[in-house]
Amino acid sequence: MENKILEIKNFYAGFGKKWILRNINLAIYKNKVTAVMGPSGCGKTTLVRCINRLHEISPQAVYKGDILLDEKSIFSVQPVKLRRKVGMVFQRPNPFPAMNIYDNVISGYILNGIKLSRREKDRIVEESLKRAYLWKEVKNELFKKGTFLSGGQQQRLCIARALAVEPEILLMDEPASALDPTATLKIEELIQGLKKKYTIIIVTHNMQQAARISDYTAFLMLGELVEYDETNRMFTRPSKKVTEDYITGRFG
Amino acid sequence: MGKITFRIYKDRAFKIAVCTLSMLSLIPLFLIIIQVILKGASAINWHFFTHLPLPPGEPGGGILNALLGTFMLIIIAVILSLPLGVLTGILLSEIDNKFTASLRILVNLLQGIPSIVIGILAYIWIVVPLRHFSAFSGGVALGLMMLPMIIKSVEETMKLIPLSLKEASFALGVNYTRTILKVILPAAAGGMASGIIIGISRIAGETAPLLFTAFGNPFLNLNPLKPVDSLPLLIFNYAMSPYAGWQRIAWGASLVLVGFVFLLNVVVKTLAERWKIKF
Ligand SMILES: Nc1ncnc2c1ncn2[C@@H]1O[C@H](COP(=O)(O)OP(=O)(O)OP(=O)(O)O)[C@@H](O)[C@H]1O
Ligand SMILES: [Mg+2]
Repeated sequence: MENKILEIKNFYAGFGKKWILRNINLAIYKNKVTAVMGPSGCGKTTLVRCINRLHEISPQAVYKGDILLDEKSIFSVQPVKLRRKVGMVFQRPNPFPAMNIYDNVISGYILNGIKLSRREKDRIVEESLKRAYLWKEVKNELFKKGTFLSGGQQQRLCIARALAVEPEILLMDEPASALDPTATLKIEELIQGLKKKYTIIIVTHNMQQAARISDYTAFLMLGELVEYDETNRMFTRPSKKVTEDYITGRFG
Repeated sequence: MGKITFRIYKDRAFKIAVCTLSMLSLIPLFLIIIQVILKGASAINWHFFTHLPLPPGEPGGGILNALLGTFMLIIIAVILSLPLGVLTGILLSEIDNKFTASLRILVNLLQGIPSIVIGILAYIWIVVPLRHFSAFSGGVALGLMMLPMIIKSVEETMKLIPLSLKEASFALGVNYTRTILKVILPAAAGGMASGIIIGISRIAGETAPLLFTAFGNPFLNLNPLKPVDSLPLLIFNYAMSPYAGWQRIAWGASLVLVGFVFLLNVVVKTLAERWKIKF
């Protein structure tokens, strides 16, 4: 089979005394797009936020079990280091409002105090914006504030920002949910291009989207992993009745 | 149909009442400003800003000592209260526990302490041990008055910054300190600057806490360990004098003070416009 990059083992996560995720076992393969889908509130966001250890910044957050990145527990490395390997794009675009487009793209370096030469900066900005399909639209206004862009452009700016630091894994939490169909299509297209270089885990509500862009699909319900398989197989021959019901739109 | 007409009339009557009443409340404000301008404008010229007050009976004289004194007091107050205020404001906005809850209550208390009491404290803490009145002690008193204003404006501005921004920074592997210093603080800078300027405009007119700290000084002084004059102190002393020339200077100084506070408010407005940050 393929190369495992990430392995989630007997993993539980929740808030206070309540487990939101229960006994998740899942392997993520390198250079593939893995979709996480399921009804609202089933814990998709919680799951991806565990993978870069953002979950634990919420007060009351709890977890048990393990997640291995390249066969090493993510809980044995400092969160700060882990997050440079595991990038994230959020549901709502959140560019840094005090920075211009150029600085937003290289904010991972600026904020971490990593010095780059002017040429390196220029190269990283151009490359990242090209990979995020945003270069053509903004190349003449790189020094304007990022918040003047449209919502879809802002989201692609956030993708460029995440790519600029060269993560191994890119987590995307419903990156297109706040966008119109055209902008959504752009993002989907871009994800296809990205998987040559990155491993992508994408949360989506939208089953057509999961079917279109992903290689593997995980189906979560009420905090449990119901089914996990290659996307093709899952959408044509689901092994569980609930999955079939969900996919065919009988609920959710 | 009749009911609707009645409602329209009621609505109109209400609007008229609101407008009239708000006009009424503006009348005293206009009277004050007109009075200050009428009485003060004639005193103001270049000489007024560049010269010291003269003994009673001699024509002319200016407020240079009070102008410089006021600036000195403000600078000392800001230097003392800004770092403390910003740090405390960050602490209050970031951490929620029993300690910060009691701290918040203390800050509110400090804000409620009458300015004359703060003046007495500065007198006991600084004037008495150093054995003389000084700009420094006045700056401490004004700084103490500004401190809660700065703390609150920092806390409130920081709390307005969406959590998503902090998460964006964390997700890039940025540590907590850098996230606060380089993401949250810059995003809050505009709001914080406005708060600080409004704080300055409030202390610029304070008189009571300066009576037994900065004390007043008819001569030019730039030494922070010696007494200085300030605009409100000068107004207080000269307005109560029996000499017409001095009273005129007091009115001129009042106009300058009102103009300064007005200017600060204009600055805040433009800053707020220019630094307005979209999230
Ligand atoms: N900070 C929090 N404290 C307590 N409970 C929380 C917190 N965040 C989320 N939850 C709860 O965890 C559950 C799962 O939330 P999560 O955001 O992971 O769902 P989701 O699958 O991403 O849903 P959606 O599709 O609507 O985004 C929800 O029931 C939610 O109420
Ligand atoms: Mg979610």
